[in-house]
Order: sequence, then C-alpha cells, then structure tokens
Amino acid sequence: MNYLRTNIQEIETADELQKIINENENVMVCCGRMGPMCIPVYEIMEELEEEYENVKFYSMGFDNPESVVIRSAPECRGFMGLPFTMYYKNGQVAKATTSIQNMTQVKENLDNHLA
Amino acid sequence: MDKIFDVMILGAGAAGLTAGIYTSRGKLDTLILSEGVTGGQMVLTNEIANYPGVETIKGYELSAIMKRQAKNFGCTMKANVKISKYRLSDEVKSVELEDGRVFRAKAVILAPGGRPRSLDIPGEKEFEGRGISYCATCDADFFRDKRLVVVGGGNSALEEAVTLTHFASHVTIVHQFDHFQAFAHAVEEAEKNPKISFIMESELRAYIGGEQLEKVRIENLKTGEMRELDTDGVFVFIGYQPNTEAFNGLVEINERGEFPVDQAMKTNIPGVFAAGDCIAKRYRQVTTSVSDGTIAALSAIEYIRTGK
Repeated sequence: MNYLRTNIQEIETADELQKIINENENVMVCCGRMGPMCIPVYEIMEELEEEYENVKFYSMGFDNPESVVIRSAPECRGFMGLPFTMYYKNGQVAKATTSIQNMTQVKENLDNHLA
Repeated sequence: MDKIFDVMILGAGAAGLTAGIYTSRGKLDTLILSEGVTGGQMVLTNEIANYPGVETIKGYELSAIMKRQAKNFGCTMKANVKISKYRLSDEVKSVELEDGRVFRAKAVILAPGGRPRSLDIPGEKEFEGRGISYCATCDADFFRDKRLVVVGGGNSALEEAVTLTHFASHVTIVHQFDHFQAFAHAVEEAEKNPKISFIMESELRAYIGGEQLEKVRIENLKTGEMRELDTDGVFVFIGYQPNTEAFNGLVEINERGEFPVDQAMKTNIPGVFAAGDCIAKRYRQVTTSVSDGTIAALSAIEYIRTGK
C-alpha cells in the first residue's frame, strides 16, 4: 500500500528496504508524510536522481507500520521533526537527519557520506 | 547560454506559477527559477477550503496542478537552484547560478514569497527537529503528553496552540505584547482551554538542552527579569518575512522588506515586476497571490510587446 504521492519510488515493507540496502552501495530514503517539511525533500531527491547516478533514491511512508525500522533506528533517537532521512552505505546507516533539509544540506550529506 | 527568454520568473509559489501559466499561454518563452520548493507556502497548508471553484484540496495537490499547468503551456522550470548574482537594471536582465549557469530574459517577475519568521536566538540550529518546530500539522504527534511552548500572538499561534492541546499535556503561550493580534474568537478559544496558560510581555532568549530541547530562557520585557521554563518542545508562529534580502540595492524595498509596486505590479525598475507575498500589501492568501501573478504576467506581456 502506498502512503505517499511523489515521483520517488516508495518502499512498502521492511524486507524490501533491507533488500535494497543490501543490494545497493548507496541508498537515500526519505521517511515522511505529504507535509510541508517532507515535500521539499522529495522534490530535491527528484532533482538529484540524474546527478547522483551512484545513489538510489527512495521514500517510505512514516505512517506505514513497516517503517518502524527507520522510526526506531538508534540513529533517529531524539528526532522530533519529519521527515526522517536515512543515508545508507554498504547496508549501514551512514547518516540520518531530522526535519526539512535544503538542497545544500542534502548534497553535503550525499557527497560526504555516499561518495 | 546565449538564449534570451522573454520572461524569467523568480519563485514558484502561487504567484510565480500563475504568472508562468499566463506568460507561457501568451506564447512568451518563459523560465521559472525557484530557490525553494515548487508551490512555496501552498505546500505549508494542509487543506485549502477557500480557493474558489475547488471545495477542498491539499496545498501540495493545488501546487502540483499549477506546476503541471505551467509546464503544459511550455514553461521551463528549475527548482531548488541557488542564485548568486542578479542584473536587473539592464535591458536584458540576467541571473547567475552558483554553479555558473547564466539565464537571461527581457522581463523579470519577482515572486520569491516569504518564509516563517524564526527567533534567531541561541540554540535554534541545534534544536530544530529536536524540539523546535514551525509546523503543528507535521510534528504535533511527537509531543503526546508533553509540555509545549507556543510563541506568538496572531491567529496561527492561538489556533495552533488549541490544536496542540489535543496532543500535549500543557501549552504555554509566550507573547511579546500585553494583548493578542488574533481575532477575538481565536483568543476566546485559547483562553477558555484549561490546558493553555499565558506568559505575556515576554520573549524567548535561548533554547537550552542536551540531545533534545529541555527548557527555554524567557525575558519579561517589562521588568527585564529572566526565567527558565522546562519544556519538551517549542512551536514558533510569529508570522512570515518576505524573501527579498537578495534584492537589496537592486530594487526598491520598503522598511518591512517588501517590494512596493503599482497597480500593474511594476517595481521601480523598468521590466521588473513583482507578485505575491513579497509585495507591500495587507492580505496574503493563495487567491491574492494568484491575482498578483496574473496582473504581473499581463503587465510583463504588455512590456515585451510595447516596451511600456
């Protein structure tokens, strides 16, 4: 079941997420809702998909029970702002951010953690 | 790089997208450049129920439709760009992006919109997303049974404070004046809510905490006395400020940071028009931005055709 309406491919299950991060070196996942803090991040990801061919971009619904793997991740402890954005390198969380991020911040995280 | 667009629109909120719909439908070669998200503050609005002709619609859905309309009429759109230089007073206007790309056009419509005002006090950057929020719709459910502070005294502050009491154990409203600017019914709703208390004539001076926000420092503006208040979160609703800083010295800007325009949405620079929340006006609604964008576009079309 889809929770989001974006042009970013949405992950629906925890198993699917695990498979994606196992099979791809660099993965960015934005876990959010269709809210004002989340939509800008989805749009930035859409714009960066061509530029960062080495990164796979996905979304996941914050209200999807399966996204508990992100919501309860130790890297997200203390997060109190949507979206929770995860950067995975070789199957491990390389960076996690809370709340809205601008283009510069997202690019910095991609360059610094998923290069 | 040598291409010259007819019209370049800076901003992709309701005003910018509307202007783009009109100029591209008027067969002008149109470029929309946006430093922020497409839709601007429309996407900040959960549900829009007063947009004529549409009973209710999510802000992001209305914005997506406007974007599609502009694209279908032939607009070129680039969002989330960083503009480093503006040349607006030349006959052919140009902007340069941080990555070195230059875009030129015969006329420019400024529609940079506004953004929520922040307090600009110590701790702000550290606790954004860790206790500080500007969006009750987004983050209220992180604060179930927690103590909250709401900063502000307008309609948004009081209405959102009441909404937040559905989640929080207690909400303290901190406001700089001894009275509220909100409508009477919003004040009444807040005052009769047993979960809301008020600290008037006071301002926040610092956000304090460890991994998360734990307290705020508050100054009583009358006595100068400082106190600390334990809280799990702060929601800030102190209005919006126009995104006009980049145009200082290039286009006339008033003391409130707005572009003064005439009825045709002309600024003081020939060929440069402005529309939406960035202009000097009293009411800021999606409908008023749409209206401004329409007028600016029609004026830009006339300018290109007649030079006036």
